[in-house]
Amino acid sequence: MSLLNEEVSGQLNEVFEGMGSDVTIALFTKEENCETCGDTKSFMEEVSTLSDQLNLEIYDLDSDSEKAEAYKVDKAPAIVLLNADKKYQGVKFYGIPAGHEINSFVTGIMEVSGAGEDLPEDVLEQIKGIDKDVDIKVFVTLSCPHCPGAVAKAHKLALLNDRISGEMIEAQTFSELSQKFDVSGVPKIVINDEFELVGNQPLDKFLEEIGKIN
Amino acid sequence: MGLEFDLSVKKKNTFDYDKVYDLAIIGGGPGGLSAALYAKRKGIDIVLVSGTIGGQVSDTSSVENYLGIESMSGEEMVKAFKKHVESYDVPMLDSIRVNSIEQGKEKILMLDNGKKLKSKTVIIGTGSLNRKLGVPGEDKYYGKGVTYCAICDGPLFTDMDVMVAGGGNSAVEAAIDLSKTASSVKLVQRSVLRADQVLIDRMESLDNVELYIGHQIKEVKGDNLVSAVVAKNKETGEDVTFETSALFVEIGYIPNTKFVEDLIELNDANEIVINDRNETSEKGIFAIGDATTVPYKQIIIAASEGAKAALSAVDYLNKN
Repeated sequence: MSLLNEEVSGQLNEVFEGMGSDVTIALFTKEENCETCGDTKSFMEEVSTLSDQLNLEIYDLDSDSEKAEAYKVDKAPAIVLLNADKKYQGVKFYGIPAGHEINSFVTGIMEVSGAGEDLPEDVLEQIKGIDKDVDIKVFVTLSCPHCPGAVAKAHKLALLNDRISGEMIEAQTFSELSQKFDVSGVPKIVINDEFELVGNQPLDKFLEEIGKIN
Repeated sequence: MGLEFDLSVKKKNTFDYDKVYDLAIIGGGPGGLSAALYAKRKGIDIVLVSGTIGGQVSDTSSVENYLGIESMSGEEMVKAFKKHVESYDVPMLDSIRVNSIEQGKEKILMLDNGKKLKSKTVIIGTGSLNRKLGVPGEDKYYGKGVTYCAICDGPLFTDMDVMVAGGGNSAVEAAIDLSKTASSVKLVQRSVLRADQVLIDRMESLDNVELYIGHQIKEVKGDNLVSAVVAKNKETGEDVTFETSALFVEIGYIPNTKFVEDLIELNDANEIVINDRNETSEKGIFAIGDATTVPYKQIIIAASEGAKAALSAVDYLNKN
């Protein structure tokens, strides 16, 4: 049985028509202790059939440890979006991007394909000028309408600067990690495990927090 | 886990930041979407800018008082609204907020993505923001147990004891919704319940929801995270401490009008003052829904205000 109904598949199909270059979805699953790996795999398999420009590569977190290391993947399910040159650009999803997160997933694909939203020149300059390593974690629940916006911003930042990585983390799937970061409201944005924001904050708030990194 | 996919991303719109639109609608709630539908059908050139398409309706678990629709989740309703508007090919800028409006024959909308949009008329339908309790601990524990979005954060408190503040429809709906996942829900309200009787009846039939009417919340306490809420029992005058992992604040809304406070006349409650044609104090700028002085903040009212404002804006364009 397919996960996506005809309406959603049709819409996705249409959205993907606007893709720039090809995108590879690198999915990492694991054999044990992964309740959502199966669904995530089915979801990715279905999505990848919706456009000729989407390629799916499936890896096992343990046996394909080299790949996992290359894309800095440490838990599963994980989805890494790679550009046409299969270059890792720091765009990741931990947990199934279902519910509202399908929106950040689709936005991520479009952005990585090069068909993303433009930013004003001065903001671009500011992002490109960031010269420190930045890791942005965005904790979400799948029922949160405001969360995909925050995830998309983290990914946008990652795409614009090689030293930035952005990841969605589905809070219930990774409950231990959520507890570690006291996630009690989503979206919760954690930058370099130290600076925190709650809510779908505008890009300049992200930049403000990034500015606090030593 | 039943998997759902609430897709709202659509084919990329092309926006012309150089052209002057006939009408720019700010806000993607029921008011803004309804205005878009009416205006587009009149054949004028429109654009819709919105922080979140659907607005507060997206956060509503279920809507049961919209004519013709017995019961629908807020999410589904937004999808239906949006689909209807999209069938007319309306350009929509999602996840973009307007920082300010410059008045003139051409109004200029300063967007938070750093860009500008130009339009001959504007309809403001920016809705409202969650009202805060204004008690010690509320801000400190925001995102640490204090929350204003039950559907977003409810899942984080599965099998825990939670509390809801408020007595209107949103509070009672939140309590009903949370009761499905939380181990217990306490609903605390300082005065009477103002929710629809059908919702109150449904809530009262639930085993794990307790009601504390006549309790005024005084403080949110905790360490790293919320652990308790102190409320004053107004009858006995005594303070009661409730242990809880979360406080869902559902005590109503305040109009989202700060971005135009220096331009447009607001009343004491910061609502945009409008007349029966949705005209504001500024020529060519109209306002609708929860952001305005229109009484009763309801989905169906916002939608009808949107229709009215669109027709007013078309009239204005014909005359100017």
